[in-house]
Amino acid sequence: MNIDHTILTVITFVPLAGAVLLALLPDKGKLMQWGALTVTLITFALTLHLPFHYDYSAVSGAFQFEQNAEWITSPAIHYHLGVDGLSMWLVVLTGFLAPLGVLISWNTISDRKKLFYTLFLLQQVAMLGIFVSLDLFLYYAFWELSLVPMTLLIATFGRTVNRRRAAIKYFLYTFIPSAILLVGMLWIYARTGTFQLPELTQLAATHGISNNSAALWLASLAFLVAFAVKVPVFPLHGWLADAIAEAPTAAVMVLAGKLGLYSILRFSFSIFPDESHRIAPLMIALGAIGIVYGALIALVQKDLKQLAAYGTLGHVSVVILGIFTFTIAGLDGGIYATLNEGIGGGALFMLLGILYERYGTYDIRDYGGLAAKLPWMVTLFVITTLSVVGLPMLNGFVGEFLVLTGGMQSTITHHTRWTVLATTGVIFTASYMLWMVQRVFYGNLNDNTADVPAPDLDAREHLALWPMVALMLLMGVASPYWMRAIDAAGTILARELQQAQPVTTNSPLPVPTVPSLANVLAQNDLLPAVNFKTDRESKLNLIPAAADATKKESKLRNISTSWSAALHSAASKPNTEATK
Amino acid sequence: MSPNVLALLPEIILTLTGVFIMMAEPCLAPNSSRKPLGWIAIAGTVGALVASWYQVSLGVTIHAFSNTIQVDAFSVLFHYVIGAVVLVTLLGSLDYFEGNASHAGEYFALLCFGAVGMMLMASSVELLMVFVGLEISSISTYILCGFRKGQATGSESSIKYFLLGSFATAFFLYGVALAFGATGSTDLYAVALGLQTTATPALAFTALALILIGLGFKVSAAPFHVWTPDVYQGAPAPVVGLMSTAPKAAAFAVLLRITFTGFPIYQHRWTVLMWVLAALSMTIGNLGALLQRDVKRMLAYSSIAHAGYLLVAFTAFPFDGIAAACFYTATYAAMNVGAFAVITQISGYDERARTIDDFTGLGQKRPYLAALLSFFLLSLIGIPFTGGFFGKFYVFSAAIHNGNVWLAVIGLLNSGVACFYYLRLLAAVYTKPGAESARLNQLRPISIPAAVGLALAAAATLTLGILPSGAVSFAEYASHSTLIEQGRQECAAHPDCHIQLQFDVR
Repeated sequence: MNIDHTILTVITFVPLAGAVLLALLPDKGKLMQWGALTVTLITFALTLHLPFHYDYSAVSGAFQFEQNAEWITSPAIHYHLGVDGLSMWLVVLTGFLAPLGVLISWNTISDRKKLFYTLFLLQQVAMLGIFVSLDLFLYYAFWELSLVPMTLLIATFGRTVNRRRAAIKYFLYTFIPSAILLVGMLWIYARTGTFQLPELTQLAATHGISNNSAALWLASLAFLVAFAVKVPVFPLHGWLADAIAEAPTAAVMVLAGKLGLYSILRFSFSIFPDESHRIAPLMIALGAIGIVYGALIALVQKDLKQLAAYGTLGHVSVVILGIFTFTIAGLDGGIYATLNEGIGGGALFMLLGILYERYGTYDIRDYGGLAAKLPWMVTLFVITTLSVVGLPMLNGFVGEFLVLTGGMQSTITHHTRWTVLATTGVIFTASYMLWMVQRVFYGNLNDNTADVPAPDLDAREHLALWPMVALMLLMGVASPYWMRAIDAAGTILARELQQAQPVTTNSPLPVPTVPSLANVLAQNDLLPAVNFKTDRESKLNLIPAAADATKKESKLRNISTSWSAALHSAASKPNTEATK
Repeated sequence: MSPNVLALLPEIILTLTGVFIMMAEPCLAPNSSRKPLGWIAIAGTVGALVASWYQVSLGVTIHAFSNTIQVDAFSVLFHYVIGAVVLVTLLGSLDYFEGNASHAGEYFALLCFGAVGMMLMASSVELLMVFVGLEISSISTYILCGFRKGQATGSESSIKYFLLGSFATAFFLYGVALAFGATGSTDLYAVALGLQTTATPALAFTALALILIGLGFKVSAAPFHVWTPDVYQGAPAPVVGLMSTAPKAAAFAVLLRITFTGFPIYQHRWTVLMWVLAALSMTIGNLGALLQRDVKRMLAYSSIAHAGYLLVAFTAFPFDGIAAACFYTATYAAMNVGAFAVITQISGYDERARTIDDFTGLGQKRPYLAALLSFFLLSLIGIPFTGGFFGKFYVFSAAIHNGNVWLAVIGLLNSGVACFYYLRLLAAVYTKPGAESARLNQLRPISIPAAVGLALAAAATLTLGILPSGAVSFAEYASHSTLIEQGRQECAAHPDCHIQLQFDVR
């Protein structure tokens, strides 16, 4: 039986079925934990179907595992699911983090477990739905839905009395831009009569959405701001520190990053390529500032969770910088760094949660000299720290390196100076992370915590943390395995975006999207009967600067291969050949 | 069956039920249970719903009583909404009286009579007939507001509603008179025709403005909303659930008919009025609700805001606008009557839980009621996969299709503000109760009929959110039926028009 066309539906709704089941079961003993663990493990096992059955040779950027059915006739809304290289690993990552989230909450959530695990699973549904939806309406439904469980998780399971304020702040911060986002979507629907992303991408590439450039500009801002708040991009991060400080560990692990970043890549870039190009100088500036700002603020935090919160701001800013360079390296690196943020940030928050479970405080001044008492803990903590800092051989390095490479070879205004600024952020990141490790684990035992009888990691915590650490190593040394799919998506995005610009400025002829894809396919000997006329045209339409950048990029990519020992991926070949 | 009987079949069934209950009530022993009367009312309402279904299943437009009554898909849709709301209210109030049942018979009868008036409003196409329906429904609700005798707030609420309500009715009637003066008729189709040749367009527009004021009061659109919070706060919870949905639905049906059918020539003008009314209602409603601590008062302001969202549909193209307004009315009725049904169960006859703080800890004490309340509140916010979301989506989509982007921006920003007060209640429900909050301790278990009513409301809200296709096509059918009938009437008025408009066979 071929389940490729229903697998995404199954993945998305298994957690929902689990949530309903948990809501009906009695809240006795450890039943809720085991139930949630089973559901999340099943979901994770199902998500693993995707990478194993993904067709890596299809570089055309087409969606796979597609399911497309009519849902509502008028307005024309489809139940359209599908993944490509951009979203596939995010789906798997979401599936991977969930069981670990359950494991880490096993004992910390002792009261109202039913509510907690039901909300946790609903959050899972919303996130998976966001990553697999290809219909704007469906996507928006999941996007809005993702707010509710998270808000309730913060409001009910927050750490201090401040939790309700933090929850409402989080909700309003993200809901109001989302409301404007809906206006943007409805406007696009009124213009084009479709919510389908592939059709909209086609229309955008041929400038078929609207001739009203001011309205397009406003609509693109509606999209971008809604996503940027969720990421969050500096200076829209007002909700982040409070929400992270309050939310329980399992919720914090999925709070920032992925959803917003994915949405920018998928929707802002595809529907508004021209406008994205125009706003890119601002965005790379905000990205670079965010990296340094986040790191500097993290440096002076006394609360471990606040420190990690501002660290998160820095890490998502790296992604913003990377994707708005519109180079293949930057986009690939950005997508990779999104995964890293989920893993590295998730592991960091899990470790902090474990510390809090033992000592009941997040204040750095209460800690000191724990290395002797908690040897396993410190080992895993240091590995996580190094991954976050970006040490070669660990996953953090791959993403960061590619992003900064992309930043240097970009054609966006002032890219060099912002990349230089961002690179200094690497130093600050290392400073605050390593200084934190030093203050918490080394030095003399602190009087406040010295007498607390705290055991080292138990079996459950080992079980929750080792997969993370193993993944950090694997993604550091064997990045091509992940890059195969990501690079295909990054290449397509970069091409779409690089072609968007010359059309408005230089060439009076509209550029069809097909030639660029045909070009790629022809170089890869996948499409024998290619129309060479359009092929040549598409080459002519690449402005010299962009072509030059691609050439430089391919050189740099070869260098980076020797650096991380592994960046030479199958899908990057056609690019190097294409620009010879 | 004579068309006159057929057209008013649901109304006749409900009238007979009401009269029967009034007659039966004195025959019962003073201390005996009044529940059988409630069951009779429920049976009558179900009968009226079946009769409405029968009407639409005929697939034709029924004209009756010298073309003053027109039963088409549009009026049947509103009959469904009104009948369903009355049904849920009846189910929720069977066990509501807690030993104060001496007037329960009147209560059930008044609900039936109110429903008659509202249904009549939805199916009349003649301004005086609308007025008759309006009065039947209003007088019933005036009495129902003050139903808890011996409580000062109830009487206050009733008198306020009565005074301001009759004032608004006077406006409406004045508008009808002016419309007659300008066009020589009170029949909507004749008015539409007369407007094309009227010598006094200013008078005609004044007539429309006065009618809008009168109906604006009934739907509690700002700036005619001032009565709403006081009345809702004082009236019993099930009655508020009813009167915040069913009479509003009926008034919106009338408003849709008068604007789109009666005054289509002035659409460019009244669209502006509606734009302003919608923007004001949304903003004032939501900002007002932010300041409230009393739950019913808060929901009163929220209903003003929702009237504003609904008015947005009036700024769209006729076809989109009518369909969207019909759909939104249905979703709003489902979720609001549901929210009030939960509040009825929680606060009981004596209104034990009034303020937001009184609801603290409901999540722990009554998890299922709390879950239902959260679901209805989330739908009122407009969270996806609930009716509220799709309703808003549909309305704003229609408005943007007609180019009213900024109104949609105002509306959706408002829905952001609205989250704040709904969430405050929601957060209280899921907060751990303090030591002093004993108000929720004396909760009775939910009776089976009330549970059925709640389940109906929840199922409707969920279905309208997840599988809206059926409801949307019915709303579009309703929209079609009015517009086609309008075209047919216009054609009949012109001697050289020979177009055959077909829609009756589905």
